[in-house]
Amino acid sequence: MKILSLKQVNLSLNGRKILQNLSMDFWKGRVHAVVGPNGAGKSTLAATVMGLEGYRKVRGEILFEGESITNMGIEERAKRGITLAWQEPARFEGLTVETFIRASAREKSDAEIQRVLQVVGLNPDEYRNRAVDRTLSGGERKKIELASILAMRPKLVLLDEPDSGIDVASLENIFEAIRVLRKDGTTVVLITHSLAVLAQAEHAFLICDGTLIEEGPMEQIRPYFEDKCIPCNHKNIPEIEGEEHGDE
Amino acid sequence: MEMSELLKELNMDEALRDPDTAHLVIERNRVVSSHWVQGLEVKTEEIENGVEVSVRVREGTVITKPVHFCFGVTHKRALQRIVMHVHVERGAKIAVLSHCMFPKAEDITHVMEADITLDEGASYVYREKHIHSPDGGIEVYPRATITLGKRARFATEFELIQGRVGKIDIDYAVTCGEESTMEMMTKISGRGDDDIKIRETGYLVGERARGVLTSRVAVREHATAEVYSKLVATAPYARGHVDCHEIVQDQGVATAVPVVEVKHPKAHVTHEAAIGSVDTKQLETLMARGLSEEEAVEFIIQGLLS
Ligand SMILES: Nc1ncnc2c1ncn2[C@@H]1O[C@H](COP(=O)(O)OP(=O)(O)OP(=O)(O)O)[C@@H](O)[C@H]1O
Ligand SMILES: [Mg+2]
Repeated sequence: MKILSLKQVNLSLNGRKILQNLSMDFWKGRVHAVVGPNGAGKSTLAATVMGLEGYRKVRGEILFEGESITNMGIEERAKRGITLAWQEPARFEGLTVETFIRASAREKSDAEIQRVLQVVGLNPDEYRNRAVDRTLSGGERKKIELASILAMRPKLVLLDEPDSGIDVASLENIFEAIRVLRKDGTTVVLITHSLAVLAQAEHAFLICDGTLIEEGPMEQIRPYFEDKCIPCNHKNIPEIEGEEHGDE
Repeated sequence: MEMSELLKELNMDEALRDPDTAHLVIERNRVVSSHWVQGLEVKTEEIENGVEVSVRVREGTVITKPVHFCFGVTHKRALQRIVMHVHVERGAKIAVLSHCMFPKAEDITHVMEADITLDEGASYVYREKHIHSPDGGIEVYPRATITLGKRARFATEFELIQGRVGKIDIDYAVTCGEESTMEMMTKISGRGDDDIKIRETGYLVGERARGVLTSRVAVREHATAEVYSKLVATAPYARGHVDCHEIVQDQGVATAVPVVEVKHPKAHVTHEAAIGSVDTKQLETLMARGLSEEEAVEFIIQGLLS
């Protein structure tokens, strides 16, 4: 069953076409991957699905569980079960790890906070009272972000480069989190540059220059990583949108 | 409401019963209760509209449990003036937790005039927490002149996040001697027509003196805040930092004027100021977890002021 569908989605930022005629279907309970070179539009796609500020003037349609969410704000989308883990997570001065996770948690018990921290490989006793600020490393911050998502128990999560800044040993914790999400029935969208992360997915999309180049089972997209970028009409300089399109 | 009820609400009655914990409770111009421990000498004198307090911590005395001060007015209208002299002698250490409570304020002025001297190697940690009425009706004027001797350590935290600010005008000046350290942190949350002024100055006059001025202010509705933080370094290897963060919501107005002045080529002072609405990424992160915009803003402000 489809949970999320993009239908002919176009998005321009500062007069530049970033997403072009993207049509994609994501299936309930599956793990998907989105791959493509730097600047392909992967993070933009995630921001557009989440409805972040500046990413809402979309042409085309986004459907979630059959309902159009194209004109909805972040809050409404989150309430429907969509969430996003940023490529570079935000830092919060003065907020403890515990308060931060509790704010997102569906079940706000201590046991739940302990559970999600353990899944991402952080010792709850050591981390619970630390601040989610610049005293945490980038990798620790990403794990806490993931822990808060586990506690939220979303229907669909977009994980933007969940492995960036994560050491080899900790990668297993990230994979464990993905398995836990999947077991919960959460639909996962992994944005990645890593073959190991791609290997976690069942279905993958290759995008380039804001356009969908190919999609299919993970194995079909894998050669992209083996230095065989599938030939595409990649224009390094995205075209400047003409006035006649009327959206800026 | 009686002072005793207030103290109970703050869970302070236990501290006030402990023979090892020193305390001083002043209601308007009356010393309601006091208790001292060895090495801590305190004289109090009732003056017009207030109390003059002289605190002396004898050389080498280390007071292990924080001393509790409580200044309050339980009436609706009053002027309260506290004149405070503090002398922490060589090598002595003291921490003070000060509660300033004006829960029924309609027209109250609270003035604090303090002069504080720390001798060589002395340490003074002072936390002041204000609890005001929900409707403002109060003006608070904390004034302090502080002198730090060699290797002395002075740390303060001023917190006014419960009840309405009314009007507050803080003016602190610290002169830091050789190898001394000074850390001042102010946290204030304003709403309605609250009027916040913070003036903090640090003079790093001794070699290797260190000073940090930190302020965290939130202004909502029509509140205004002006933060003037100044650090002047005149000695070699003096190090200073000014860090001001103000969140503005609704029709609030915030100003930050950090001034850093370096008068010695081997001194170094830095500053950072962030003023504006809450950070978009923080806001969107919380909203993406299902919080409403209002809940998310409140959450971020709570964190900033925590
Ligand atoms: N606000 C903006 N205005 C104009 N161009 C933008 C804006 N934001 C992003 N872009 C451009 O959109 C393109 C896609 O960016 P995006 O961040 O989505 O790429 P990505 O696929 O996530 O890349 P990476 O792998 O490096 O994370 C890039 O060319 C980028 O420069
Ligand atoms: Mg990206």
